[in-house]
Amino acid sequence: MIWDWQYALDSLPVLASGLKITIEATLLGMALALIAGLILALARRASFTLLSWPAAFIVEFIRSTPLLVQIYFLFYVLPSFGVTMSPLATGILALGVHYAAYCSEVYRAGIESIPRGQWEAAVALNLNRFTTTFRVILPQAIPPVVPALGNYLVAMFKDTPLLSAITVLEMLQQAKILGSETFRYIEPLTLVGAAFLIMSLVAAAGIRTLERKLKPYAAS
Amino acid sequence: MQQADKPASSESTIAVRLRDVHKQFGDLQVLRGIDLDVPQAQTVSIIGPSGSGKSTLLRLLMTLDRPTHGRIEIEGESLWTVDQGGKDVPAGDEHVRSVRSKVGMVFQHFNLFPHMSAQANVALAPINVKGLSKAEANERARHYLDLVGLGDKFNAFPAHLSGGQKQRVAIARALAMQPRIMLFDEITSALDPELVGGILAILRDLANQRTMTMLIVTHEMKFAERSSDRVLFFDQGRILEDGPPGQVLGNPREQRTREFLHTVLEA
Repeated sequence: MIWDWQYALDSLPVLASGLKITIEATLLGMALALIAGLILALARRASFTLLSWPAAFIVEFIRSTPLLVQIYFLFYVLPSFGVTMSPLATGILALGVHYAAYCSEVYRAGIESIPRGQWEAAVALNLNRFTTTFRVILPQAIPPVVPALGNYLVAMFKDTPLLSAITVLEMLQQAKILGSETFRYIEPLTLVGAAFLIMSLVAAAGIRTLERKLKPYAAS
Repeated sequence: MQQADKPASSESTIAVRLRDVHKQFGDLQVLRGIDLDVPQAQTVSIIGPSGSGKSTLLRLLMTLDRPTHGRIEIEGESLWTVDQGGKDVPAGDEHVRSVRSKVGMVFQHFNLFPHMSAQANVALAPINVKGLSKAEANERARHYLDLVGLGDKFNAFPAHLSGGQKQRVAIARALAMQPRIMLFDEITSALDPELVGGILAILRDLANQRTMTMLIVTHEMKFAERSSDRVLFFDQGRILEDGPPGQVLGNPREQRTREFLHTVLEA
């Protein structure tokens, strides 16, 4: 028998500390992605081209380059501009910015699905841009796109092993270290896969529950 | 309300003035040179076949669209331009917002905010535009919802209201901003027939108060006849006929008007 239960059990505490880092990176990265994505989506819709063009460029640029390249770039290039961050902070920034570009497109779809009459009512009531955006449009635009945003949360979670490339001690990195010490990879790597599977299923179930709670209002 | 006594058109009493207003969407000429003076507190019904430019006129006054050519004045102030050393230059956002604050509009499809209660729909703009406190705005919202007969629906969401009730909320929402000029764009067209009467009764009461200038695009010929001071007949982007309801509807000068009235009254 290849599988060593005792070794698998012994690996768990180390992998659990990696899982903690993985979850931390996912949650903070997602918070950043949700906020920065919204800012990008709103900037891209602005009538002021000094705002909308750079936003459009950033979104297209980020979506057209690999996450791993972006991670390396932030890790190796930022320090030469005097910006030094821990590997984990760099990883969170990279994940957040990368997924912000995707989230911004989701927000944009949500905003564009709002009927023109809602904007016109806002004009007729002389509401300013801020009130129109944050009181009228976004409260209607966001609930229907929560599932799509949630799917990116799961995708980001599954991308966290890329952070092992910049020495972040997340789950995969811990598994590799265990393997290199004992020359046994099957147990830690299998456990890492299982942990991702379980967490992804839990997250997907959570998103479905949230989706039901946020059932969009019937059209007026 | 039967007689259409036009007050002398001195500058101060004109609520809405249009001079040679054109509107074009691509190749489509929707308005082809509108000249119009509406004195303050007049109730004007606008009738005509669909596509004749009636709604476009209201949309231009509400700044939902911009005229391709011509000048629009609201209470003597140009809507889209400001005077700068004797020359008209395009106005900034501030100016447009300030002139627009005198105008309110009710839409055919209500356009209520579906994620807010009736009261919140009405109170939103008074809080965010007029700077009322939440308590003051809610009180004002309840006042106007009462006025349109929805005293028991303050907390209802649009999805739980009938079409007629939704339109009442929309009217209350526009009234709560206390505009000097109110635009009604086919506000009964999306309603079931049995709900139309109640909405028209509200319009009639508002017209009788003589506090607002009202421009009403409508297909309700009886309403136009009984409750307005003046009727405009639009055809192919022009005002073809303009006069007191008795004349335009009872004894139209133009053949085109007669044909239109014949079709709608036969239907």
